Amino acid sequence: MKKIEAIIQPHKLEDVKAALTAIGIEGMTISEVRGHGRQKGHKEVYRGMEYQVDLLPKVKVEMVIPGARLDEAIQTILKAARTGKIGDGKIFISDVQEAIRIRNEDRGEGAL
Amino acid sequence: MLVSAALVLMMTGPGLALFYGGLVRRKNVLSTMMHSFILMAVVTVIWAIYGYSLAFGDGNSFIGGLQYFFLNHVGAAPNPDYAATIPQQTYMIYQLMFAIITPALISGAYAERMKFSAMLIFTVLWTTIVYFPMAHMVWGKGGLLNAALGGKIPCFDFAGGTVVHITSGVSALVCALYLGRRRGYGAEPMKPHSLTYSFIGACLLWVGWFGFNAGSALAASPLATSAFVATHFGAAAAALGWILAEWVHNGKPSMLGGISGCVAGLVAITPASGFVKPFPAMVIGFAAGLLCFFMVTAVKARFGYDDSLDAFGVHGMGGTLGALLTGVFATSEVNDGFKDAAGKTMALGLVDGHAGQVLNQSIGVLISWALAIVGSLVILKITDLLVGVRATFEDEEEGLDISMHGEEGYNFEA
Repeated sequence: MKKIEAIIQPHKLEDVKAALTAIGIEGMTISEVRGHGRQKGHKEVYRGMEYQVDLLPKVKVEMVIPGARLDEAIQTILKAARTGKIGDGKIFISDVQEAIRIRNEDRGEGAL
Repeated sequence: MLVSAALVLMMTGPGLALFYGGLVRRKNVLSTMMHSFILMAVVTVIWAIYGYSLAFGDGNSFIGGLQYFFLNHVGAAPNPDYAATIPQQTYMIYQLMFAIITPALISGAYAERMKFSAMLIFTVLWTTIVYFPMAHMVWGKGGLLNAALGGKIPCFDFAGGTVVHITSGVSALVCALYLGRRRGYGAEPMKPHSLTYSFIGACLLWVGWFGFNAGSALAASPLATSAFVATHFGAAAAALGWILAEWVHNGKPSMLGGISGCVAGLVAITPASGFVKPFPAMVIGFAAGLLCFFMVTAVKARFGYDDSLDAFGVHGMGGTLGALLTGVFATSEVNDGFKDAAGKTMALGLVDGHAGQVLNQSIGVLISWALAIVGSLVILKITDLLVGVRATFEDEEEGLDISMHGEEGYNFEA
């Protein structure tokens, strides 16, 4: 089992969700996050008080999928989340040791 | 008049509460709204007991007498000295709304760091020692500065440039200096947590201000219309003035700048609203937009005082500018209610050829500044000795909503 953490542009969330659903990947967890990679922030001014804002709003999509479907899922996310501009985000992949469904204690890929 | 009274109350809650509530950090939103709201209750009670009497009772040049104690003799019969065509009770409730919003304006300076108990004590003493005497001096019968009812130094203040905005704005500066800066000021981000709230609040203020200024004509008269018009034009020009200054200075025109400008203009036009024509009103507003922008950006940064929500920069300075310019632009073409001993209409301001009015206005401004500074300092000292004025480090870090009131503005788990 692999965990995919994709940090994407907030406005790309619907596209990514739809594309993943279309290939049959439905379980996911979404959070609103802030961060920055190479993208530069912007300046905000409130009544003369200046703030440099480096951490920009992003959406993090987390999902755990069977290892066999990893490449397919990655290609789908890349295609759906890309605008080609700086700030499109990143994808991180990691191994998952175990998955357990709380309702009936199913384990492994059957719990996904 | 009753509608005007209701409009002025709407300026405090929800107007000012939303305007200020949006400008603070999210951990202080409820405490800031509470600063405005609690005064709607507290000032009302002291107004009924002794406030109205001290402000509008027959007394000496500085303070009213006690004949309206517990609203005694305040009923359906008009008080012809103030407003001959409405019940005195109507006049009383209308004036109460001014006494509520004035101390609420000060909360912009001590927001996010004052103890709630101290805020209550400070405000009750302040309303008693600063507001009631100032209201009496300017609007009360026989008051030192009353232009209509036998004041020795006739000072024009139609709806509260000196009484409301200078007293509150200057006291705000004293509070900001006495309390010291919020912890982390200049180092940590202190961005407004919801400018959408502030926007709604400012627009409610703009509308409510028609009750404040036009209502001050105390009758459904041509003068009320003239004050309404001057108020609106002043606000519009000030919003443009601030936005223009900001655009040139920062490269971007902001919504916060627009609403700050409109409030600055409404403040500045307040004393002048029943005395000036529409174009001078726009001049006053535009000047206020520029001056207040300069105050809250350059001057505040230069001196480093933490007037959290710019109560001094907007109300203190806008009020001062408006009070002085009233002496310049006041004209009997707008307000012919002032007659000399022979019954002839008197020249009012500089534009009428009465240059001495600018001096009278300056004296009015000086007296309100002096009363606000001395009064606030003494009251802060007393409050500090009684309960301590400032929230503890932990309380301030946690936010006043939880530490003072035991609740949060935004419960995401709910």
